[in-house]
Amino acid sequence: MKDLADRALDTAAQLGATYADVRVIRRRDESISVKSGRVEGVAMGESDGFGVRVLVDGAWGFAASDTLELDEADRIGALAVRIAKASATALRNRVTLDARPVATGTFETPVVEDPFKIPLEAKISDLVAADRAAGRVKGVSFTESMYAAHREWKTFAATDGSFTEQMITQVGAAVEANAIERDEHQRRSYPDSGGGYQAGGYEYVRSLDLLGHAEEVGEEAVALLTAPQCPPGNRTLVLDPSMLYLQLHESCGHPTELDRVFGTEASYAGTSFLTPDKLAEGFMYGSELVTIVADATAAGGLGTFGWDDEGVAAQAVPLIQNGKFVGYQSSRETAPRVGRQSSGGMRADGWNRIPLIRMTNVNMLPVPGMSLDEIVADTDDGLYLANNRSWSIDDRRLNFQFATEVAYEIKGGVKGRLFKNCTYTGITYEFWRSCDAVGDARSFVMLGTPNCGKGEPSQSARVGHAVPGARFRNVQVGVGKW
Amino acid sequence: MVTAREPESALALAEDVLARALRIGATEAEVLVVAGDSSLTRFANSEIHQNVAERSVTVNLRYIVGRRIAVVSTGKVDPEGLRSLVHRAAAIARSCEELEDWAGLPAPAEGMGTITGGVPAWAAGTADATPEFRAEGVRAVIAAADAAGVIAYGSFSNDAEAVAVANSAGIRAAEGRTSAQLLTVHMSPDGGTGYAEMVSMDATSIDAAALGREAATKARASDHPVSALAGDYPVVLEEYVVVDITDQLGYVGFNALSVQEDRSFAEPGRRIGSDLVTIVDDGSDPHGLPMSFDYEGVPKQRVALVDAGICRDVVYDSQTAARAGRMSTGHGLPAPNPWGPFPLNAVMSAGTTSREELIGGLERGLLVTRFHYTNVVHPKLAIITGMTRDGTFLVEGGKIVGPVRNLRYTQSYLDALAGVNAVSSERKTVRGFLGAAVVPALRIDGWTFTGVTEF
Repeated sequence: MKDLADRALDTAAQLGATYADVRVIRRRDESISVKSGRVEGVAMGESDGFGVRVLVDGAWGFAASDTLELDEADRIGALAVRIAKASATALRNRVTLDARPVATGTFETPVVEDPFKIPLEAKISDLVAADRAAGRVKGVSFTESMYAAHREWKTFAATDGSFTEQMITQVGAAVEANAIERDEHQRRSYPDSGGGYQAGGYEYVRSLDLLGHAEEVGEEAVALLTAPQCPPGNRTLVLDPSMLYLQLHESCGHPTELDRVFGTEASYAGTSFLTPDKLAEGFMYGSELVTIVADATAAGGLGTFGWDDEGVAAQAVPLIQNGKFVGYQSSRETAPRVGRQSSGGMRADGWNRIPLIRMTNVNMLPVPGMSLDEIVADTDDGLYLANNRSWSIDDRRLNFQFATEVAYEIKGGVKGRLFKNCTYTGITYEFWRSCDAVGDARSFVMLGTPNCGKGEPSQSARVGHAVPGARFRNVQVGVGKW
Repeated sequence: MVTAREPESALALAEDVLARALRIGATEAEVLVVAGDSSLTRFANSEIHQNVAERSVTVNLRYIVGRRIAVVSTGKVDPEGLRSLVHRAAAIARSCEELEDWAGLPAPAEGMGTITGGVPAWAAGTADATPEFRAEGVRAVIAAADAAGVIAYGSFSNDAEAVAVANSAGIRAAEGRTSAQLLTVHMSPDGGTGYAEMVSMDATSIDAAALGREAATKARASDHPVSALAGDYPVVLEEYVVVDITDQLGYVGFNALSVQEDRSFAEPGRRIGSDLVTIVDDGSDPHGLPMSFDYEGVPKQRVALVDAGICRDVVYDSQTAARAGRMSTGHGLPAPNPWGPFPLNAVMSAGTTSREELIGGLERGLLVTRFHYTNVVHPKLAIITGMTRDGTFLVEGGKIVGPVRNLRYTQSYLDALAGVNAVSSERKTVRGFLGAAVVPALRIDGWTFTGVTEF
């Protein structure tokens, strides 16, 4: 791999690149999908290739190929330079990069049970057992369960002498039950509607205990069919981690991405309301209980690594400190524009995509004092919401709307009746300012999503979120006429 | 060497892999090869900031032993890579349980030979488009923005691919396909934003300067927006909005898997739109991005989804078709595919109303340019939420009064189709989730806006 990387860098430099980096990546993915107790699909994919990113005349160019040969390294290095020169014909500000130490070393995700060495039959058996248990509940229309494993070997090299090698391993799994009657379709999933994911090995899948939760998943899906519609009104909400992590993702993770702030995602994902003047003024994003960090060193996170795709070392960067907006997720190009250094957040979706500023593990820190159960016990009148089923937010990340699989009424500190079709909506900073209780370390759990979309051509990022669960006051619940 | 320009080379590779799979014990096998060259030039703050190109070949093997099925994909097409591919597939298939209702791979119709180029899907102007060509288009967009005193953002892409399918039931299909897209958002220093987009098989047919002027004009027209109250409004939805309606309905309803799992609203004979609503899926429509066959190699059929407001049919792949006792309509996606078939080529019939008449017919309502981040809230009722963006206007007495800040909606798209009272005579081709749709603008009796934002 080093020969290929060196060749691409040399070619690019000889043709005029003032800076170049190359990533040589091998990916392996395995997935099992089970529907209504039978294996619907077992898939395995591999993808190898390399991508070369160059700066020429202050403009970016990038080219990629799946042919790992030296001649192709020459072709791709040269094509990247040609593309950069075309970029330079419509350039107003030359790109400059912040300084960083030369990156060298290796990183490997800690794995107890290598998911690719567990016999396929065993993984299928575990998943089918959980799926069938959920499906045995009377009234369940169909079940869907999934398992996925992902491994990536990545070599990074740059013209400044940086050279790193990393091996990342991640797994995910879920069981889901669906109940349908006339126009009502209700879904219940565990641990999350898209699957629970962590960096690590099969030990994480075992820890989920899908089988142990399957029957409850089925029972709740069926119960939702006859549950009353969640009544509209302004309510106190207690968000389970399975909902809070996505709230965090959409309304804090994305608006603190500095490329969005500077408009470079404007035509697709949008921009951000968290403009640099708000950083300077110490904008109160949330209540004093709200502290949020982007932490690429967090154990088990989908955004945990040794170095980002610009060779910046993994680090923990505060975004919100006791409610105050204090930092961005950034890159070597964007950070200097706000007087900072890169947060190490540049990540690419494989060998054929350029790195963009992506969330690593955007985590909401626990607050010592109350567990999530104790927060519920401390709530006189409210709703406990779990597991997202619909999400949407405007292109500056202000107006959001989420729907959850379940809502439990809280009366006198006790979870009671089940409601269906719960939606809630708000304005980001008003919502986070209304947070008056955050769970302690006892409810702090690492979750995440393997498919955060951004960029053109589209990229899918694997992003972690560790959250404790929290309470919010006076939130609008029940949106629309249905 | 397999390249996007030589579909026959992709088919030869597919046949090679198929033979390897059958030699080591597959009782059935299907090989999909996609060889592509993709390039995209992205611009923001009126300059190019990202500019990329890639070349790749992907082989997707569906390997079946009896009723045990494995799907394995690779980008390694050297002999060792292909040998590894088929052996891994065989090992996985042996580990799988039987799929009880496996209906077998699709077979060609009697007398049907290799499908090659059944519809015009390839434009040399797209395959040959260079970084310099794209940069020239971007500069034209930026020039239009400069002239209006606004800032340009967007992307200009061109893709060429060879798609080939070979299966053990006799299907042989190979085709070159091209597509190009230019989209741009313009932002004014006075708070206005505008949008324009064109999708075409032929990159040389895209008028970058005209798109720049369209977005710049819209951005300036939406300067200094004021707040509107949430509530029900009659609306005119531009084409960039309507593609979301065809896409979302395709996802939650017009596919056979959702019907078979009782997740769909679709039911032949059910009225789901006004008389003015007719939607087909047509892979041969030259205004869209044509394709002769699906990712199972089955010829694409023209499927009437909604005819004068009445639901007529949904799209099928081979497995859903077998369950229903009918033939695939040619809407299969690459295996493994838990989502079912999908209408990639939605075409909504044009009406007879000019754009001016559409707006002129609004006594008091909103003109919406584009939606953002739409998502399903209730699938069987097709209730969707999302935001407006890039130009939302209050209309009174048939005239645009001025821009309003963006609103959130939570609306049944079925109720919306039922309320269509006018359809534009002009249509646009707009990129959707997976394919591209040919859609008109619509005027609709009522649309439920459920919230507002600050810009």
